[in-house]
Amino acid sequence: MLTTEEQREIAEEVGRYPNTMAAIPEALKIAQRARGWVSDETLREVAEVLGMLPAELDAIATFYNLIFRRPVGKHVIFVCDSVSCWIMGYEDLLRHLQVKLGITMGETTRDGLFTLLPIACLGACDIAPAMMIDETLYGHLTAEKIDSILAALIHETD
Amino acid sequence: MTTIYIDNRPYEVAEGQNLLRACLSLGFNLPYFCWHPAMHSVGACRQCAVKQFKDENDTKGRIVMACMTPASEGTRISIDDPEAKAFRAGVIELLMVNHPHDCPVCDEGGECHLQDMTLMTGHTYRRYRFAKRTHRNQDLGPFVTHEMNRCIACYRCVRFYRDYAGGRDFDVFQWHNNVYFGRQSDGVLENEFSGNLVEVCPTGVFTDKTLARHYARKWDLQTAPSICVHCSVGCNTIPGERYGKLRRIRNRYNREVNGYFLCDRGRYGYEFVNGPQRIRRAMFCYQPETAAEPFGRLAAIERARVLLEPCQHVLGIGSPRASLEANFALWTLVGPDNFYRGVSAKECRLTDTAIDMMRSSDMPAPSLHDVERSDAVLVLGEDLTNTAPMLALAVRHSTLQREIDLTEKLHIHWWDDAAIRVALQQRRGPLFVATPAETKLDDVATHIYHGVPDDLVRFAQAIAEALTAPIRRPEGMSPDLTALVEKVAETLYLAQRPVIVSGVGCGSEELIRAAANIAKALGSAGRRPGLAFAFPECNSVGLGLLGGGSLEEACRVATTDRAAAVVVLENNLFRRVPEPQLRSLVDRSRHLIAIDHEENETTDFAEIVFPSASFAESDGTLVNYEGRAQRFFRVLVGAEETQESWRWIWELLPKEQQAAHAWESFDGIQADLAQTMPAFAPILQTSPRAVVRIVGQKIARQHARFSGRTAIHTDQDVRETPPPVDRDSPLTFSMEGYQRMVPLSIAPRQWAPGWNSPQALPRFQEELRSLQELDYRGQTLIARLPSEESGYFASLPPAFERRPDEWLLISLYHIFGAEELSVLAPAIAQLTPPPYLALHPDDADELGLDQDDEVEVKIGGQTLRLASRWNLSLARGVAGISVGLPGVPPLELPVWAGLKRVVSA
Amino acid sequence: MEAPLTRNIRPNEMPPDLKAYEKSGGYQALRKALGTMTPMEVQKEVVDSQLRGRGGAGFLTGLKWSFVPMGTESRRPKYLIVNADEMEPGTFKDRLLIEGDPHQLIEGLILSAYAIQAEIAYIFLRWAYKTAGRRLQTAIEEAQAANYLGRNILGSGYCLDVSLHTSAGRYMCGEETGLLNALEGRRAVPRAKPPYPQVCGLWGKPTVVNNVETLCNVPHIVERGATWFQRLGAGKDSGTKLFGASGRVKRPGLWELPMGTPIRDILEEYAGGMQNGYRFRGLIPGGASTDFLLETHLDTKMDFEAVTAVGSRLGTGTMIILDNRTCPVGMVANLLTFFARESCGWCTPCRDNLPWAAQTLAAIETGRGTDEDLEILAFQCRMMAPGRTFCALAPGAAEPLQSALKYFREDFQRHIDQRRCPWRQP
Ligand SMILES: Cc1cc2nc3c(=O)[nH]c(=O)nc-3n(C[C@H](O)[C@H](O)[C@H](O)COP(=O)(O)O)c2cc1C
Ligand code: SF4
Ligand code: FES
Repeated sequence: MLTTEEQREIAEEVGRYPNTMAAIPEALKIAQRARGWVSDETLREVAEVLGMLPAELDAIATFYNLIFRRPVGKHVIFVCDSVSCWIMGYEDLLRHLQVKLGITMGETTRDGLFTLLPIACLGACDIAPAMMIDETLYGHLTAEKIDSILAALIHETD
Repeated sequence: MTTIYIDNRPYEVAEGQNLLRACLSLGFNLPYFCWHPAMHSVGACRQCAVKQFKDENDTKGRIVMACMTPASEGTRISIDDPEAKAFRAGVIELLMVNHPHDCPVCDEGGECHLQDMTLMTGHTYRRYRFAKRTHRNQDLGPFVTHEMNRCIACYRCVRFYRDYAGGRDFDVFQWHNNVYFGRQSDGVLENEFSGNLVEVCPTGVFTDKTLARHYARKWDLQTAPSICVHCSVGCNTIPGERYGKLRRIRNRYNREVNGYFLCDRGRYGYEFVNGPQRIRRAMFCYQPETAAEPFGRLAAIERARVLLEPCQHVLGIGSPRASLEANFALWTLVGPDNFYRGVSAKECRLTDTAIDMMRSSDMPAPSLHDVERSDAVLVLGEDLTNTAPMLALAVRHSTLQREIDLTEKLHIHWWDDAAIRVALQQRRGPLFVATPAETKLDDVATHIYHGVPDDLVRFAQAIAEALTAPIRRPEGMSPDLTALVEKVAETLYLAQRPVIVSGVGCGSEELIRAAANIAKALGSAGRRPGLAFAFPECNSVGLGLLGGGSLEEACRVATTDRAAAVVVLENNLFRRVPEPQLRSLVDRSRHLIAIDHEENETTDFAEIVFPSASFAESDGTLVNYEGRAQRFFRVLVGAEETQESWRWIWELLPKEQQAAHAWESFDGIQADLAQTMPAFAPILQTSPRAVVRIVGQKIARQHARFSGRTAIHTDQDVRETPPPVDRDSPLTFSMEGYQRMVPLSIAPRQWAPGWNSPQALPRFQEELRSLQELDYRGQTLIARLPSEESGYFASLPPAFERRPDEWLLISLYHIFGAEELSVLAPAIAQLTPPPYLALHPDDADELGLDQDDEVEVKIGGQTLRLASRWNLSLARGVAGISVGLPGVPPLELPVWAGLKRVVSA
Repeated sequence: MEAPLTRNIRPNEMPPDLKAYEKSGGYQALRKALGTMTPMEVQKEVVDSQLRGRGGAGFLTGLKWSFVPMGTESRRPKYLIVNADEMEPGTFKDRLLIEGDPHQLIEGLILSAYAIQAEIAYIFLRWAYKTAGRRLQTAIEEAQAANYLGRNILGSGYCLDVSLHTSAGRYMCGEETGLLNALEGRRAVPRAKPPYPQVCGLWGKPTVVNNVETLCNVPHIVERGATWFQRLGAGKDSGTKLFGASGRVKRPGLWELPMGTPIRDILEEYAGGMQNGYRFRGLIPGGASTDFLLETHLDTKMDFEAVTAVGSRLGTGTMIILDNRTCPVGMVANLLTFFARESCGWCTPCRDNLPWAAQTLAAIETGRGTDEDLEILAFQCRMMAPGRTFCALAPGAAEPLQSALKYFREDFQRHIDQRRCPWRQP
């Protein structure tokens, strides 16, 4: 269920634009914030708050890549797979990450801690290879650096 | 007009129109996908590329999309340019990358625009060698099959469903080459025009699900021009037959009426023609209360003559769902004094009033095309989506009109659809919808007013008064409502092409008169308003023009005149007036002859039943809501003893009369009708006489590619059977005949070499215009009387007030289920709701009613039990009944009645 | 050498707050414009400055503004949109400008909005730019509190509302008209032009979309004049530009240099040349959607005309360097995979061509290529030529592909002939 706070935020978003439609992406992001993703159930609830149909929201949700319509882990690891990071050898690091987490791109670890997703150029080409976890950008990645980043995140959850 | 150069040749085309339209009209084979003649350009598919040159010295040129480029003086383009050709071939190659190449098992095959365009561009060799992406298909309900893998992402479907038809439960999902067109999850498409997806989609993604159940290839369908029989709009159709079965209905373009689209009732209601309830043989009932049995046609005719001869009076009961000719035949048989219209007295009054109002209007009733182009519409009382669906689509489209006019200021071309929608955003209108309950047009309405019929009359009268009609202004209206009245009056007054749409749906003659008052007031102010009324059935207006008493009057006569016999024409009287009133007729069933194509309660009671032909098996004329008479043609020969009602009636005529009425062919009865009643003379102009030949040939109902005609009956007889003879029209039941394009009113199909899909039509844009010059267009039968003579209608009903223990019952309509014939089609029946009574939830609460609880109503001596439903748009003290649905007897609404919750035992 | 855009930017330090920005001379241009200049005068200054858009296409900013209907007749509200979506692979300049000096962007935005008399401005920010987002939000609030934004700005009667809008992610959101659709809550598919956004843009109203860097130049132009700005350039174009380099160079990064600085200077002087053990093979000069250049082009000046003259585009001015130990086919395959994934699905030559091209390149790269593939790739470039697709995404994607086919043909052929990538361990 959407919290009253979330509903209020969505309503506020609607107020910012000349029509309800414009608030769709932001409303979905608000709903996603606490849940990590947008389930069919959540989609329906957001649709109700906006006075639109779930289909109309889904047409938007499925277009953009940062609205998740499937469950994701606690931390989403976005690995930059664009050209500068590719030149700087992100593929090896990705392999390392995949072995380490035991998952491939698009999957979530069994413990629900990590989801691995590709992302287009993070605008961090000067510190390539780069990745972003949650809100934090990491650059100059090496296998060791990745290990310690993951260790810290796992530690934080314990 | 302006001169453009196509491959260095000059052509005259309309200035500013897009080059694709121009090229197609000129007969060029320029391929396209995303453009649609009614939905115009968006430039997405890139298929219509041509080379454009700056001037005659420019040899390099640049590739442009013809559909997005306006024609202006001196525009130079090349279709044949090698680079442009290579690019177009490339686009097809790309579109086919993920296409399953499953033409042999695809329902679209043989009339597929994608097939045609692939051939046209010369793409034959497949280079893509990787895996194709695949999609999951959805179950979209009984009308439309979904096969997403065939999609070429032209975006026409969403553009039609959402932008054009106003549907919301269909969309485009995902992105890049994974775009998906469908619903969010499996489920019945909610829009009433969903069947158009089948024609709008240029490939086999959306196909006709009803056709699939008795599939035949397009080139094997025998087709003929026809008119839809499922409401009073009179859309033009092309039914298709194979092996004696009707297989499907397609749209037939008529610029003035339905344009490129049909509603789902019209498209899918046809299956009644193949239904098990069809009567195919003349039947005789040996004993009362037992079922009738086949009797042999000659014996039946003989028997009927014996039955009729001694009677002093033969009462003829006509039908608003039978052709003009059939009704006229009956009129001839029984004589003018004994001809009754077969509808209730109330419906007679409503129809007559509406026709009178049309007669006294300054302007002919607006066609759908006129409504579409109107820049201010007022809907008064009618739930158009459910009673005259295509009229609703036209009204919906009109809401863009005023604003499209405004976009001219931004220099946006009228065909630049995406740009127009960006410029307009959500702005629509003006459209005022004043109805008893919510309607599906409310979402595009600029203002909505819900009120009971009497309050709608007050509202309309107030508008007329505000337009300075010399009538009394209703008192006690709320300030809000008064403001709305002022607003409507002002908007209609300022509009260039205002239209008022009402109808008989509210059951209020006063409302019809009040609607006419508004038109009249506008007329006196120097405006030219359109006034349209929706009628209940496909020939309500034709029957109204023919005249005759009501069904109740017929019953009265039958009670007093014991010697009278009754002939009922294509009419189930039990749908017309409450059963108790019919008693006098029914009790004398030994004197009842029915001519119909469907078994129903009335044929059950008849002593003799003659199997008449449905629209598909007959020729005839129907008069639509505008008073437009339109001819339909036989598409198949009726099975067994089936023949047109008028042919049966002719056989019942006394011998001496038979000689006087030379009805051997359709032309004969039409001529007789035109002569006997000169008001109907224009119907002679609705189609060519049967003797007309085109270059010595009849027009072929079968396609040039029709396969196995000579082998079609070899399972029964190896001899080649000659095709049936058609004495009634210049069409022939054969592939041997004229195959090329003829005027659309007599065209069995829309086809051009290389263009086998419905997309063949836009190729004829220009030709269509010249063809229409000599076309047998529908003819209006409503002669106008000068308006000064009739004064204003002044009466004002009192405002609605709730009653303590009674509810005002009003009619609610359903597109699926409320019409007699279409509900017999399984696909339609599947979407028919169970009968119900709708109430405001607070009223329901008061009565202790939950949704779906049973509620009892007593009206006019009948007791109904209906499921209760909530409807927030109904005023408190008002209840809506789903009229016309199976299980709901005929009712005379509005009426006051008590409601009671049924406590289950 | 003057570096107006980055004068306040200190790497790894917090950006100047309002006070510090004002102290460095910030908001003086705004005071000057609102106090002494009409909107048309501001427009004229920018027209005279010959400022060209820094978002990639290089359209003259003043000219773009001049299409906006002015006067009381024009439809309202009018919008100014800051394009801060920066998703072009290899490009990271706008992030530096926002993170390093957000008030500079805001001042540029207010001046530009004033020039076209817009009453509402949106900053369309890429989702991944979290730090930039936070800093911008703070700066907007500071500017509001100081009445640089909001009602009756500095008593001039001019009003402007600014909001920050974060994208939901798609490269197409950066395309000017795709951005408008995204802001309206629609799918970010492009719109046909005409009608141009300046006449019929966001919600159908007059709208200007400008890149972050473009707008950051405006305060300096207004304050110091068009002539000063023109003189900043070292070639035909005026002003300075943020140039960048990534790949196997010693010091990847960004530098503000005069327009027209030769590629070689940037590469060798600022980026420090190639890393040890790597040799230069080529580069794409301005983000993923520009054509490759080779060693022979290194003396080309980085300005719009000069780069175009040698067959590429200045683009965003951030170059990606290809070294001798990196497979050119692999690099192009990576680029095309990006473009294929980001195609919006609206027009055929982009939607259905790019995935096929990416698959073909991947096949060649992994040793499954055929000779016919090279023909197919050439055909695909033709299908995506400018004007043939709906927007500039696919033509942009064609640029590195077509130039790679031209310059690295033998590398493609070697992959096909040897049935493997020569750069990968056998
Ligand atoms: C696919 C595509 C993506 C683009 N992405 C961006 C972007 O992220 N940021 C940007 O400023 N311009 C981007 N552009 C360019 C914009 O369309 C537009 O030209 C620019 O915002 C105009 O600003 P300017 O005149 O200030 O350069 C993109 C163009 C295309 C075709
Ligand atoms: S489903 Fe049909 S109409 Fe819709 S985009 Fe695909 S091909 Fe076009
Ligand atoms: S028909 Fe012109 S681009 Fe599709």
